[in-house]
Amino acid sequence: MKRSGVLPWLTLLAWPLHVHSAWDVDALMKSLARHEGGRARFVETKTIALLDKPVVSSGELRYQPPARLEKRTLKPKPELMVLDGDTLLLERGKQKFQVRLAEQPEALAFVDSLRGTLSGDRATLEKSYKLRLDGNEQRWTLDLLPNDPRIAAFVLRITFGGANSQVEWIRYLQADGDSSTMTIEPVEAR
Amino acid sequence: MTRSGHRAIAVWLLGLVACVAVIAQTRFTADMSAFMPQRPSATQQLLVEQLREGALSRLLLVGIEGGEPAARAELSKQLAGRLAASPEFAGVQNGDAAALAKDRDLLFSHRYLLSPAVNPGRFTVDGLRQAIGDSIDLLASPAGLMIKSLLPRDPTGEMIELVGALGADHGPASAHGVWMSRDGRRALLMAQTVAPGADTDGQEQALARLRAAFGEVRERLPQAADMRLLVSGTPVFSVDARRTIRGEVERLAIVSGVGIIAVLMLVFRSLPALALGLLPVVSGALAGVAAVSLGFGHVHGLTIGFGTTLIGEAVDYSIYYFVQSREGNDGDWRARFWPTIRLGVLTSLFGFASLLFSGFPGLAQLGLYSMSGLLVAAAVTRFVLPPLRPAGFRPPDATAIGRAVAPLLGGLGRLRWLAFGLAVLAVATLVVQRDRLWNLRLSELSPMSPALLALDESLRGELGAPGQGYLVVVGAPEREAALAAAERVAGRLQVLVDQGVIAGFETPTRFLPSRATQQARRAALPERDELARRLREATAGLPLRAERLAPFLDDVETARSVESQPWLDAEILKGSHLTLAVDAMLLQRQSGWSVLLPLRAPAAGEIDAGRVRAAVADEPGAAFLDVGREANRLYAEYLDEAIVLSLAGFAAIAVLLAVSLRSVRRLLRVMAPLAIAVLLVMAGLALAGERMTLLHLVGLLLTVAVGSNYALFFDKADAAIEPRTLASLVVANITTVIGFGALATSTVPVLHAIGVTVGPGAVLALLLSAMLAGGRAR
Repeated sequence: MKRSGVLPWLTLLAWPLHVHSAWDVDALMKSLARHEGGRARFVETKTIALLDKPVVSSGELRYQPPARLEKRTLKPKPELMVLDGDTLLLERGKQKFQVRLAEQPEALAFVDSLRGTLSGDRATLEKSYKLRLDGNEQRWTLDLLPNDPRIAAFVLRITFGGANSQVEWIRYLQADGDSSTMTIEPVEAR
Repeated sequence: MTRSGHRAIAVWLLGLVACVAVIAQTRFTADMSAFMPQRPSATQQLLVEQLREGALSRLLLVGIEGGEPAARAELSKQLAGRLAASPEFAGVQNGDAAALAKDRDLLFSHRYLLSPAVNPGRFTVDGLRQAIGDSIDLLASPAGLMIKSLLPRDPTGEMIELVGALGADHGPASAHGVWMSRDGRRALLMAQTVAPGADTDGQEQALARLRAAFGEVRERLPQAADMRLLVSGTPVFSVDARRTIRGEVERLAIVSGVGIIAVLMLVFRSLPALALGLLPVVSGALAGVAAVSLGFGHVHGLTIGFGTTLIGEAVDYSIYYFVQSREGNDGDWRARFWPTIRLGVLTSLFGFASLLFSGFPGLAQLGLYSMSGLLVAAAVTRFVLPPLRPAGFRPPDATAIGRAVAPLLGGLGRLRWLAFGLAVLAVATLVVQRDRLWNLRLSELSPMSPALLALDESLRGELGAPGQGYLVVVGAPEREAALAAAERVAGRLQVLVDQGVIAGFETPTRFLPSRATQQARRAALPERDELARRLREATAGLPLRAERLAPFLDDVETARSVESQPWLDAEILKGSHLTLAVDAMLLQRQSGWSVLLPLRAPAAGEIDAGRVRAAVADEPGAAFLDVGREANRLYAEYLDEAIVLSLAGFAAIAVLLAVSLRSVRRLLRVMAPLAIAVLLVMAGLALAGERMTLLHLVGLLLTVAVGSNYALFFDKADAAIEPRTLASLVVANITTVIGFGALATSTVPVLHAIGVTVGPGAVLALLLSAMLAGGRAR
């Protein structure tokens, strides 16, 4: 009796709070899902213990929601990576690799972190990661923490940062301490 | 019984014993070798070797269905383990991740002997700077994750060269650590039998081992009870073909045997006579198999299948004997009837003799089989049946049959014009249909069921296993020379890949380079101090410091000397999956070594054979082979040859008859019904939409052989055919139709072809003989 008397009050108290915190993972996902895709320039900086200096690469991203993502690296070496459905194609000079992601659950989970975030697919993300959202709608960061030890064996944390429906940077922290950060700057569609 | 009778029986018995002894030693095959030429050209020789001994002839494609994916994967692993340990299999692959990792290790530790990028320039300061720079750039790529841990040992990226060359994009899909179909419902394996394609017995044994191993593993694994084994591949085809042919032959022999025995029983009404009546048939069949075995060293299942057809004609001889002869007066039969039968037998022998000259061993076997079988059957009828004939045996008077039939045939005699009218129509039909008469595809002779072919296609697709496909073949007397030639050809093929003429190719030299190439690569490796010095210079200004690359110096030092790293040879590859690939592509032959380089067609369609030939033209001994097309072309040549030979056989028969009948008029009277019967059968097949193969042609020859007896008897009866003779012809015709009618129902194309040709052909030959005899039947 007592509890049932208090609960409505608590709910009432929570009500305005809830209005304030309307910015949550679901809201971010909805916002991301509205993104219509397009082109963006990227700069990726990899910090690798073996190397004295970070490796920097840059190029263009092209995203077609929900499943196709093209990463065209222009520097230092031209390279094309196409992620489409469950195939990953990597073209580099004369060499061509094709990976069917369905057969490599780890790689798929890794790829899904990117695609799931870009398309605002919470269900897919939560299959392999714990999500942690910080900041507000105008400036947010989303941490993906792998809950599958096979993924955690090579990536400790993936962080997306952005504003509204736009992802502005992605940082990967690898299990061996190496890390990479990619900044993304949209190119206005014609 | 006369003394000559005793002698005949003794000779016959000895002959039978000898035949049985030969047959007991005989090897029965069902592989494609029967379709291969005896005196092949160089290209054809390659084709023959491929089909008889090539990797494809030994490759089993295996699928496991049912149960849970994880359990299926476990079964796949255990099955692969068992097969790898059994003596029937040269190797097994199931995509097991652990096994693949072992292969990768082998490649990695031999990378300086294997990598095509290893040359002196690679280890100069500039070369090192370039290669290491590329590797650092690669770290920026998603692929960098793969190479990061290897970088201190392999800063020049040789492993990437190797893996890139392997073409990582066309292996089968995998799940749970083993190969699995895309939809995840089938675990997949590939197994190579030790027995070559020509050894059907060995392959059957290997298949039995596979099935037994699957059964045992399934038994021991929980959750495996409802798993099923699917097997395909050339060994399954030849084993299955042999079994199908055997089964069909047994079934047909029983069906036609029962039918014929029933007819004979009705006519002879005597068990001993019936038993005697079958003696020529049995003797002929045994003699036929024994003769082929002696002449060819083995007997093809196809020939055995053909054996049943002999029943149809050979039984005629005993029918003629028992129906035509009178008790105690064999002399009368010998004088009045035997010459006609003898001429009929000779006619058949002339017809079939043409087949002996065929370059198609299958046909030559049939020719020899028929000739020896008919000869023996006739001889047994003539020399063995009379002395064995039970004393007091009185064949029931069959003249009643003759009298009953005579009016009908007499009626036919007034329809002479109809025969010629039909002949004209048949010719017209054949002219109109001339482009659709013959079937030029070798596969049409294959007794494979569509279900088996569909399974093969689906497994092949999922495994990405090579089809019959395209090959470039290189040969040399020595293995090293063959490998070196393959390396030169591979260089030219790479140009074609870059130009998009072919999508890719395989070569054993990827895993087993020639000794000369290995030597050159080894020689390109600088000694340790020198390499260290160059490395320092090369890495100046790069973010990767030379100090971090000590493992690289160690590995190169190891690779420099034969003591620390022996030459890469077949022995080192043994036990890895790489050896399977090498074995499949590097063949030892009587005359030396052959290297096969399978080509992949571009996605757009077919390979431009002209450009491939041009590219390898200046490499002596290199040849491009389009296996499917070559096989069909070969078959088309056989068909052309067989048509010519059959015509020659027909001409030989005409000459024989002309010489023995000594009358153009009589010659025409005998030949016309046969020729018209052949035309009508061909026209009928064309109208029914059945395209003729080699075996239809053999059927036509048989029609002439069987029919010539009828025509000769009608011709012999100068005034009017006797009811007794007529009865024997009708009975013989009925048994022939029963024998070949049963064949026509067969699912084996070869047997079916003969059945649908000879069955109607024999009836037509009898009717036409009656028509053209001019109504002289009483």
